[in-house]
Amino acid sequence: MDATPTATLPPAKGQPRAVTRPGDRIFFGLTRGSGILLLLVMAAIAAFLTFRTFSAVSQDHGNFLTTFEWNADATPPVFGIAVLAYGTIVSSIIAMVIAVPVAIGIALFISHYAPRRLAGALAYVVDLLAAVPSIVYGLWGALYLVPRMQGLTAWLNEYLGWTVVFKQSNPGTAARSLFTVGILLAIMILPIITNVSREVFRQVPKAHEEAALALGATRWEVVRTAVLPFARSGIISASMLGLGRALGETMAVATVLSSSPVLTAHILDPAGGTFAQNIASHFGEATNFGRDALIASGLVLFVITLLVNGAARLIIARRKEYSGANA
Amino acid sequence: MSAVTQDAPTSPQLHAVLTHRRLPRWAPFGIAVGAVALGAAIGLGAGLTSHVQWGLIALVLFVIGTYAITARVEGRRQARDRVATSLVWACFVVAVIPLYSLVETTIADGLKVLNTDFLTHSMGGIIPTEAGGGVYHAIIGTLEQVGLASVIAVPIGMLTAIYLVEYGRGKLAQVVTFFVDVMTGIPSIVSGLFILSFWIIILGFGYSGFAGSLALAILMVPVVVRSTEEMLKLVPNELRESALALGVPKWRTILRVVLPTSIGGILTGVMLAVARIAGETAPVLLLVFGNQLINNNPFSGAQSSLPFYVFEQYSLGNQYAYDRAWAAALVLIAFVMILNLVARGIARWKAPKTTGR
Amino acid sequence: MAKRIDVSGLTAYYGNHKAIDDISMTVEPRSVTAFIGPSGCGKSTFLRTLNRMHEVTPGGRVEGKVMLDDENLYGAGVDPVAVRRTVGMVFQRPNPFPTMSIYDNVAAGLRLNGTKKKRDLDAVVEKSLRGANLWNEVKDRLNKPGAGLSGGQQQRLCIARAIAVEPQVLLMDEPCSALDPISTLAIEDLIGELKEQFTIVIVTHNMQQAARVSDRTAFFNLAHVGESGRLIEIDDTERIFSNPSVQATEDYISGRFG
Repeated sequence: MDATPTATLPPAKGQPRAVTRPGDRIFFGLTRGSGILLLLVMAAIAAFLTFRTFSAVSQDHGNFLTTFEWNADATPPVFGIAVLAYGTIVSSIIAMVIAVPVAIGIALFISHYAPRRLAGALAYVVDLLAAVPSIVYGLWGALYLVPRMQGLTAWLNEYLGWTVVFKQSNPGTAARSLFTVGILLAIMILPIITNVSREVFRQVPKAHEEAALALGATRWEVVRTAVLPFARSGIISASMLGLGRALGETMAVATVLSSSPVLTAHILDPAGGTFAQNIASHFGEATNFGRDALIASGLVLFVITLLVNGAARLIIARRKEYSGANA
Repeated sequence: MSAVTQDAPTSPQLHAVLTHRRLPRWAPFGIAVGAVALGAAIGLGAGLTSHVQWGLIALVLFVIGTYAITARVEGRRQARDRVATSLVWACFVVAVIPLYSLVETTIADGLKVLNTDFLTHSMGGIIPTEAGGGVYHAIIGTLEQVGLASVIAVPIGMLTAIYLVEYGRGKLAQVVTFFVDVMTGIPSIVSGLFILSFWIIILGFGYSGFAGSLALAILMVPVVVRSTEEMLKLVPNELRESALALGVPKWRTILRVVLPTSIGGILTGVMLAVARIAGETAPVLLLVFGNQLINNNPFSGAQSSLPFYVFEQYSLGNQYAYDRAWAAALVLIAFVMILNLVARGIARWKAPKTTGR
Repeated sequence: MAKRIDVSGLTAYYGNHKAIDDISMTVEPRSVTAFIGPSGCGKSTFLRTLNRMHEVTPGGRVEGKVMLDDENLYGAGVDPVAVRRTVGMVFQRPNPFPTMSIYDNVAAGLRLNGTKKKRDLDAVVEKSLRGANLWNEVKDRLNKPGAGLSGGQQQRLCIARAIAVEPQVLLMDEPCSALDPISTLAIEDLIGELKEQFTIVIVTHNMQQAARVSDRTAFFNLAHVGESGRLIEIDDTERIFSNPSVQATEDYISGRFG
C-alpha cells in the first residue's frame, strides 16, 4: 500500500477512502469527530430545550402564548410570553429604526465622504467599539443615559403624546422604558451594522461609480445609482445580524428596563419586558419548575433568532449568486 | 470650419451650462454655526432643559437651511447632494457622541476607585454599602472561565474547520457548515439555559466556573470555526500539493505546512473570540452564580467574573457600588481591548508571510 | 452641437507623480481623434482630464487649460458635474449598472437630470438605443437586466447611456479592448456614424483600429518608465500612418518598439 499515496494523494482532498496510514486515519477521525460533536451539541440543545419546554408548558395554568404575567413559581403556575414577545420585538424595532439609517450613514461616511486618514482611523475605532462588552453598555445606559432621557421623553410626551405611542401614563417617571432600551440597543448594534455595510460599500466596483460620474452625477447621485443598489442585499443582511443581537441582548435590557407584566402601546412607560431580560431577572429566585418555564421562553427566543439569522444567511447566499453572474 | 461659426452663437448657453453660482467653501460651516446658534436660542427661549433637544433642533435647522440656501443659489440637484453630505456627516456626529460619552464616562468614573488595592482584593468582608473591596476574585474567575472555555473550544473549533476545509466534501460537511452558522446566532442566554438544563438540572452538578466555561465554549466554537476556515482557505493549494508530492502524509502536511502558514490569522481569530466571550454576562449569571470571595477552583463552587461583578455591583444600587462597577467595567474594557490589539498585532506581524500581500 | 476642444499646457499629477507633462492640442468638432502609444504613456490619463474624471482619483490634480469652444473646463466657477454631462465617456470594460434594466440604464442620466415623464424617457431611450445600433436587438427585452447582454451589446448599451444625455463630446477609453472581433467591428461602424453628431476622442491600443476609425491621430510616449507621458505629435491619420514627422512615431507604428 506504500505505493498508493503518490497516486491518490494529490486528489485526496475530500477522499477519506484513500487514507490508509494510521496517522492519517487518527487525524481524519479527530477532525470529523469534532464536526460530529458540534452536531450532537446542537441536537442536544434543541432536544433539551424542547423537552423542558413541554414539561413546563403542559402544567401552565395560563396560556403560554397570551398570558401577560410571569408567575411560574406560584401554585398553580401561571405564565405567558405575550409581554415578553411584544417587548422584545418593539425594542428591537426601535433599535433597528434608529441604528440602520445611522449605520449606513457612518459606513458611507467612512467609504465615500470622509478624508482618507480620518476614514482609516474611524474604521479602526468602529472595529474596537464592536468589541465593547454589552454589560458596559448596560451600565452606561442605566447610570448615564436614563437620567438624560428624562427631558426628551417629557418633550415627546408633551408634543407627540397625541400619537398614543409617545404618551406617558405617569409623566416624570424614570425613563426606564422600552424606548430607552431601544435607543441603547441601537447604540450597541451600530458598530456591527456599520462594519458589515462598510465592507459591502468597499466592494462596489469602481467602474460602476465612474459610469455614474461620467453621466454627470453628483456625489449623492453616484451613491444612489451605483453604490446603494449594489449594496442593498449586503445592507439587509448586516441589519439582520444587528437584529439578531438586539433580540438576544440580555444585560443591557436587564439593567435599564423597569419591567412589569404590562403590555402597553405607550413605549415611554416604564413597563414590559423582553425574553432575555425576563430570564435574567427571574432566574435568581426560580424553583426547578420556574427554571423550566424560563427555558421554555428561551426556546421561543432561540427560534426567533434562528429565523432572523437564517433570513440573513439566505440573503447573503443569494447575493453571492448575483455577483457571480455579473463577474 | 463651418462648424465653428455655427457653434459660436451657442456659446453663452454653454457658459450657462458649465458654470453656475456656487456657494463659497465656508458655506456649510456658516450654515452649521447659524443652525447651532438658532437652535440654542430656540432652546433657551422655549425653556428646554435637555441639550439633546437643542442639538436635535439645530440639526433639523441645519438640514432645512442647507437645502433652502443651496436650492436658491445652486439648484435642486446640488441642494440634494449637499443635504445628503450633511446628513452623512450628521450621522457620524450623532453616533460619535454616545460612543464617546460611553468611553469617557467609563474611564472617568472607573479611575475613581481603580488602584492596586482594587485589583488585588476581593469583596470578602466588605459591606456592600460601603467603600472598599476589589475585583481580584472576579479577575481570577474571568481568567479561569475564559481559559477553560478556550481550552475546550479552540481545539474543537480548529479541528472542525480543518475537517471542513481539508476533508469536507460530502453531506456531513454541508450539515456541519449549516449548523455552525446556526450556532453563530445563539443568544448567550440560551447557551446558558442549555448548560443549566443539561449540566446542572439533569446531571446534577452544582454551580461552578466550569459550567460557565461550557456555555462560553458553545458561544466561542462557531467564531473559531469561521475564522479558522477563512484562514485555511487562503493557503494556496500548490503548497499542499508540493508537500504531498514529497511523500509527506496528509495529516503531517496539514500540521506542518498548512497550519503554520495560516497560524497568524487563526490566532487573530481566536483572540477576537476570546475577547468576545470575556465580556459575556448572561451565562455566568445562570451557571457560576457569583461569589464575594476568592475561589481559585473553577470546578467546584460558585465564582465571580468581571462582567458579572459589574452587574452585581450595579444591582446593589449605592454610590460606592456604582464606583466599583465603573472601575470593574474599565478593567474589563481594558482586558478586551488588549486582546483586540494583540489580535491585530498578530495579524499585522504574520500577514506578509502568510498571504504574501 | 459638437464642440472644438483646445488644450493648452496641460499637466496632470497623481499625488507627487507627474503623469503627463505640458500637453497642447486641438480636437476638431465632428471628427474622430485617436490617441495611440505604449502602455503607461498617459493617454488614458489625458483622456480623463478632458471631462474632469482625473480628479476623482485620490491624489489626482490638473494644471493647464482645456477650452471647450471658448469655455475653460478648469475655469473658476465651472462645475465638474456639469462638465461630465457635457463631455460623455465610455469605459474600457462595459459597465452597465448591474441592478438596472436595459431601459433604466439608458434612462439613468436623464433621470438624474430630472426628466420624469414616461413619454419623454421612452422617446430618448429609443433614440439612443437606435443611435447605438442596439435597438433592434433589445427592443423586446427592455426590462431585462443590462448585465444579461453580451459584452459587445453591453458596450453599445453604455454608448447609448452616454449619448442619451446629449453630450457635446464623447470620450472612449479603449472601448473595444474587452470585446471580440465581431463586436469590435460593430462598435467601429457605430463610431463612424456617431461622428456626424459628436466630437469623438478614442484611446486605443490597436493601431489598425486607429487607422480605420479616426480622422486625426495623436501619438503619446514616455522617455523612460516612471517618467511623465508626452504628446509626440498629432496629425491627420493618413499622414501619421504613412509619413510621420517624428522618428519615434514611425518606430512605434512599424512595430520596432512598444
